[in-house]
Amino acid sequence: MELFANQVLAGIATGAIYACMALAVVMIYQAIDHLNFAQGEMAMFSTFVSWQLMQWGVPYWGAFVLTVAFSFAAGIVIERLLFKPLAKAPILTNVAGFIALYAIINSVAGLIWDFTIKQYPTPFGSSPFLGSQLISTHQAGMIGITLLMLLLLFFFFRFTRVGLAMRAAASLPESARLVGINTSWMIALGWGMASAIGSIAGMMIAPVVFLEPNMMLGVLIYGFAAAVLGGLSSPFGAVMGGFLVGVFENLVGTYIPGVGNELKLPIALALIIVVLVVKPAGLFGRAIVKRV
Amino acid sequence: MTTMLNVKDLRAYYGQVQALHGLNFSLNEGSLTTLLGANGAGKTTTLRAICNMVRSTGAIEFEGKPIGTRSTENVVRLGIAHVPQGRGTFTNMTVEENLQLGAISRADKKAIGGDIERMYEHFPVLKQRYTQQAGTLSGGEQQMLAVARALMLRPRLMLLDEPSFGLAPLIVRDLFRILGKINREEKVTILVVEQNAQLALELADQAYVIETGRIVMSGNAKDIANNEDVRKSYLGY
Repeated sequence: MELFANQVLAGIATGAIYACMALAVVMIYQAIDHLNFAQGEMAMFSTFVSWQLMQWGVPYWGAFVLTVAFSFAAGIVIERLLFKPLAKAPILTNVAGFIALYAIINSVAGLIWDFTIKQYPTPFGSSPFLGSQLISTHQAGMIGITLLMLLLLFFFFRFTRVGLAMRAAASLPESARLVGINTSWMIALGWGMASAIGSIAGMMIAPVVFLEPNMMLGVLIYGFAAAVLGGLSSPFGAVMGGFLVGVFENLVGTYIPGVGNELKLPIALALIIVVLVVKPAGLFGRAIVKRV
Repeated sequence: MTTMLNVKDLRAYYGQVQALHGLNFSLNEGSLTTLLGANGAGKTTTLRAICNMVRSTGAIEFEGKPIGTRSTENVVRLGIAHVPQGRGTFTNMTVEENLQLGAISRADKKAIGGDIERMYEHFPVLKQRYTQQAGTLSGGEQQMLAVARALMLRPRLMLLDEPSFGLAPLIVRDLFRILGKINREEKVTILVVEQNAQLALELADQAYVIETGRIVMSGNAKDIANNEDVRKSYLGY
C-alpha cells in the first residue's frame, strides 16, 4: 500500500511537469492549430539560461524570475520572426518550421553548453517531505509551483481583459477582430506565455532528469500524450491529462512486470495512439466539426 | 446633414472572382439606411469590404478619414461596429463575457459596467441569462446579444448583416423596434443589410438596392417602397 501511495504521489509530481508541457502545447495549438514540436527544446534552452545565470552568481529565485521573463520575450520573438510569416502557409510548411526550430535550438544549446550532463540545483532540497518517506521536498515543491502557476493562469484568463481577449481570439478570430482585438498580437502573447510555462517545467524537472540538450525529449512526448488524453481543445483537459499520464506512467512501470523504466516511453506513445483511435477529442475536449 | 460614411468606386474580390463592380453610396450621420438585394447581390461583401475583411479597391471614408487600408480591428476601433451574418457569438463564453468583449477595445473601463446595465434594459432577456453560455441561447436571443455586443463598443456607426435571418416574425419585429430606438435615442447611424425588404423599408429612412455588385437604385425609403420594380422584385405584390 505504501508503495502504491508512493508511486501515485511521485506520479503527480512528474505529472505536474507533463501538465505544464501539455498546457504550453495546447495554448499554441489553440492559437494557430499546430503542435509545437520545439516546445521541449525551448524549455531546455530556457533551463540552460537559468543555469548560466546561476553560474554567474545570480541566486536561484532571481535566475528563475529572469529566465521566465527571458522565455516570455523569446517566445514572442520566435512567433514574430518565424511563425507569423507562416500563418497562411500549408500545414507541412509549418511542421518543417517546427522541426527546424527543434534542430536549431538543440544544436545551439549543444554548441554553447556542450552535451555533457550537468547537475541542476533544486531550491527545495531533496529530504523527505514533512518527515514522510512518500515524497521528497523537491517533488512537493514541483507540485506546489505548478499549482500556483495554474492558479495564476486561471485568474488571468478568467478575470482580466487581456485574458478574455486571448480566449476570444483563440476561439473565433474573425469575431475577435470585429470587437477590435488585435488577434495577431494575441497569438504572439500566447507564444510568450507558452514559452514561459515551458521554462518553469524545464527548471522544475532539470534536477530529476539532469541538464543536457536532450533532457526534454521524453518529457515533451509525455506532454503530447497528456494533451491528447485531455483533449487538444481544452487547457483544463491538458492539465488533468498531465497528472493522469504521470500517475499512469508510474503505476504501469511498477506493477506491470517487464515494463520497468525502459518501456515507459513506448507506453506514452501507445497511450497517444489508443486515445486517438478510441476518443480522438480526448477526455475533456470538444469534437471539432468542420464545415466542408 | 453631414456625411458619415462615403464609399466611392468600391470593387471587391474573392480570389479571381469580382463580387462588387464599383459601388458608390454614402450614409448621413444619424440615418438608418438599408441595403436591399437578392442572394449573391453583394450585400454581405459590401459590409465586409467596409471592415476590410475582403480584398477590395476604391475609397472608403469614415467621418472624412480614409479607412480603406486599416486592418479590421483598427476600423472597428474608430467606432464602427459590425454584426456579422451568423452573429459571430462567442458560444463557449457567458452572455456577460460576450458583452465585455464588445467593449474590449474601449479605454474608458469605468463606464463599461454601466453600459452593460443599459444593455440589460434594452434587452431584458439577456439579464435573465447573463451567466449562461451564449451557445445555449435561442437564435433570437443570440441576435439580441450580437446587437448588444456591438453597442458595447459605443459605436458611431453600426453595420448589421441580415439580422432577421432565421428568426420568427414576432422576434424580428421586436428586434427592428429596438434598432429604431437605438438609432433615435443613442444617435447611432445604422446600415442594415436585409432580404426582408418590407420590414427594412418600414424602419429605414434611406435605401439602396444592389444587384450583381452594382447599386441600381437609391433614395428615400418610402419612395423606394412605392417603386413598381422594387415592389414586384422584393416585396412580392
